[in-house]
Amino acid sequence: MAAEGQQHPLKIYFYIWALLFVFSAASYGTDFLPHNAFRQGLILLFMILKAGFIVAIFMHMAWERRALIYAILGPPIVLLVLIGLMVVEGDYTELSRLNFFSPSIAPAGHEAGHGAEAAH
Amino acid sequence: MAQEAVSAGDAQQAGWETIVTDWSSDKQTFRVPWGKAMMWIFLLSDTFIFTCFLTGYMNVRISTTVPWPNPSEVFGLDVFGVSVPLLLIGIMTFDLITSSGTMALAVNFGYRRDRGRAAALMFLTAAFGAIFVGMQAFEWTKLITQEGIRPWGNPLGASQFGATFFMITGFHGLHVSAGVVYLSIVAMKVLRGDYEKKGYEIVEIAGLYWHFVDLVWVFIFAFFYLW
Repeated sequence: MAAEGQQHPLKIYFYIWALLFVFSAASYGTDFLPHNAFRQGLILLFMILKAGFIVAIFMHMAWERRALIYAILGPPIVLLVLIGLMVVEGDYTELSRLNFFSPSIAPAGHEAGHGAEAAH
Repeated sequence: MAQEAVSAGDAQQAGWETIVTDWSSDKQTFRVPWGKAMMWIFLLSDTFIFTCFLTGYMNVRISTTVPWPNPSEVFGLDVFGVSVPLLLIGIMTFDLITSSGTMALAVNFGYRRDRGRAAALMFLTAAFGAIFVGMQAFEWTKLITQEGIRPWGNPLGASQFGATFFMITGFHGLHVSAGVVYLSIVAMKVLRGDYEKKGYEIVEIAGLYWHFVDLVWVFIFAFFYLW
């Protein structure tokens, strides 16, 4: 049994702390970019960098044994499947709505048409 | 006895072999304090909850045919007549990052058995957390009273905006509030010397919870406020 676990020099915490400030400033900066794939890529990049450093250094995951690392970081991988499914599902639902609400096939005098017009 | 046999065999092991050794035979799997393993498992379950919230939010945002309100404008603040986008949320992000740093230092001083500094840093962390909740209360008040945003609709666009906003930030705010109480209690006990015999893993365990709250905010910030 380790007498006093997870003892690291303070320097590394200050370094990561500063790094997290830089990444936070950078991700705040993405808000001034136009909405496009490049902006979304940067948002994801800074998000993953921040999350990674918090988990690895501040939560000490980098120094844990593999049994704990895999038990905690493994299961969330299935969440990626959920996210993937829900993106496909969301796109399908939107297409169905656009189809259904579009004035050309909606019953005459039906009010549902305004949904499609308001869409971007 | 079994413990000794395993540590003796450690030297030759690397990578996957350590996993087989740790999960096999009738012994403790995680070589960390029990409370720490349980906190990690709790945080794992919380990860699933928050991911389900954020995935649900993204799903309704993708599928709605009504334009989504622009968070950059909704959460902007007027500073001396100049509108700064997302200002309050930016300050909240830096506040939480700062609190994460003070918490990491508290864990370190805890293991050094520097009770005074560990407790002081934990109280400081809790104070940053309380400031965060305060700013969130301000944000909610502004959205409800000035922008007219409700869980069932709003004047700016898709009605799902209010529903997902109040649920996700509300659940996160609840975690922060609980964390402030948790940290304050542990800090008081640290100061009193309750852990002198047991050791200061409890500070690290409380720290794990606090860093997780910050971690969730990273994802909320990216997907709700910036996306």
